[in-house]
Amino acid sequence: MAEKKQDQLKLNKNLAQMLKGGVIMDVTTPEEAEIAQEAGAVAVMALERVPADIRRDGGVARMSDPKMIKGIQKAVTIPVMAKARIGHIVEARVLEALGIDYIDESEVLTPADDAYHINKWDFKVPFVCGARNLGEALRRIGEGASMIRTKGEAGTGNVVEAVRHMRQMMSEIRLLSNKPSEELMTYAKDICAPYDLVKFVAENKKLPVVNFAAGGVATPADAALMMTLGAEGVFVGSGIFKSSNPRKTARAIVLATAHYEDAKLVAEVSEDLGAPMRGIELSTLKEEEKLATRGW
Amino acid sequence: MSKNKNNVTIGILALQGSVTEHERALENIGVKTVRVLKPEHLEGINGIILPGGESTTLGKLLKLFGIFEPLREKIQNGLAVFGTCAGLILLAKEIEGEQPHLGVMDIRVRRNAYGRQLDSFECESVITEFSADPLELVFIRAPWIEKTFGNARVVAELDGHVIAARQNNMLVTSFHPELTEQSAVHEYFAKMCGERASRA
Repeated sequence: MAEKKQDQLKLNKNLAQMLKGGVIMDVTTPEEAEIAQEAGAVAVMALERVPADIRRDGGVARMSDPKMIKGIQKAVTIPVMAKARIGHIVEARVLEALGIDYIDESEVLTPADDAYHINKWDFKVPFVCGARNLGEALRRIGEGASMIRTKGEAGTGNVVEAVRHMRQMMSEIRLLSNKPSEELMTYAKDICAPYDLVKFVAENKKLPVVNFAAGGVATPADAALMMTLGAEGVFVGSGIFKSSNPRKTARAIVLATAHYEDAKLVAEVSEDLGAPMRGIELSTLKEEEKLATRGW
Repeated sequence: MSKNKNNVTIGILALQGSVTEHERALENIGVKTVRVLKPEHLEGINGIILPGGESTTLGKLLKLFGIFEPLREKIQNGLAVFGTCAGLILLAKEIEGEQPHLGVMDIRVRRNAYGRQLDSFECESVITEFSADPLELVFIRAPWIEKTFGNARVVAELDGHVIAARQNNMLVTSFHPELTEQSAVHEYFAKMCGERASRA
């Protein structure tokens, strides 16, 4: 027998690399999962309510019913992701036991711990986590996350926060990669990030894991915008199944993500999609209604 | 002498997946690459790599982007092709429990044969066809080749399962050479492209 090595973080990072250039779609039923797969989604996120509905309903948002997750796992052959509350170790263990392909430790659900995130090194299953800036991204990677996404502002259909977070991250990476080595320790201290990860970014001019866009992406042009700003793929939550034509919107977003540099094609696929999700202007949200401020 | 030792240009199917990793691997050995996103990008290349990614997604995107038919025709007419992991699945004539995608290579494939992500692994093995030195093999939710038939031949096995095969202009591996720093498999494929280019 060949001697098999399992450096789980490396393998999990590698798995995330296989999702690059793809679109990951929120789905709430096996039927929606099939529509997503048919449209060319690279993975689906199984959850009971899309962020727009979580926002509308209020109350505590928790991990989804395992039965519903299993139904979705059965419906598709692409990877299935599911969300656990920030810091909820047991929800994460339950999802791992279900054989889920990725856990999203997500600010879209109500945090279970107001000080600590899950120690993701304790798990074999890969984690994706949200981040607004480089420090936050490197803290999550330091805790064992193998994939990062911007937080954006989920369920608003407004891309402005995702843009802000992606710009922030890319600009910090550019800044850091020009720093001389003697400045790195102080910089690590300033952004509250592990030194070795700061050093990695300085040397490689990129995060050690893939970096996707999420939170407010509603149209094909939004997805292409996020790719233009440096995202390696896109999560679309409420944007697809809250639109008037989910099948067509899903396919259009997939096409626009792969061809983000081809404006003519983005124009073509954007034609006649019907009404996108309604959307919320961010200045009308109260500070406590913003999901992106969850997580530390 | 040109830096491009084989004087070939290799296309990389860039719809989704480990595209930049293959680009880097080829650039490291001085081979020119182009991204293939549209049917017209298939012109003027001496070979094409179908990267790792999600095979279900890639199969749908090939059709959605209008690349499916022209690509299949080119491969059948002798265009050199190298499929890694998902790319291997795209090329297979038979997939257990599923409909084939391009269906051009005489292999029967089992998807996720080693299990889910928890069963992904790395190991070292010598594959003499590629190199006398041991190669680092990375398997990510990998398929294996259940059997070869027709004109396909086994290039490598691991613990009794076929993990690499070749059939004339087609090369497949269930592992990901693009995720390592070793270039032996990419050099082998560049040579395949060069031989076919000089014959044409």
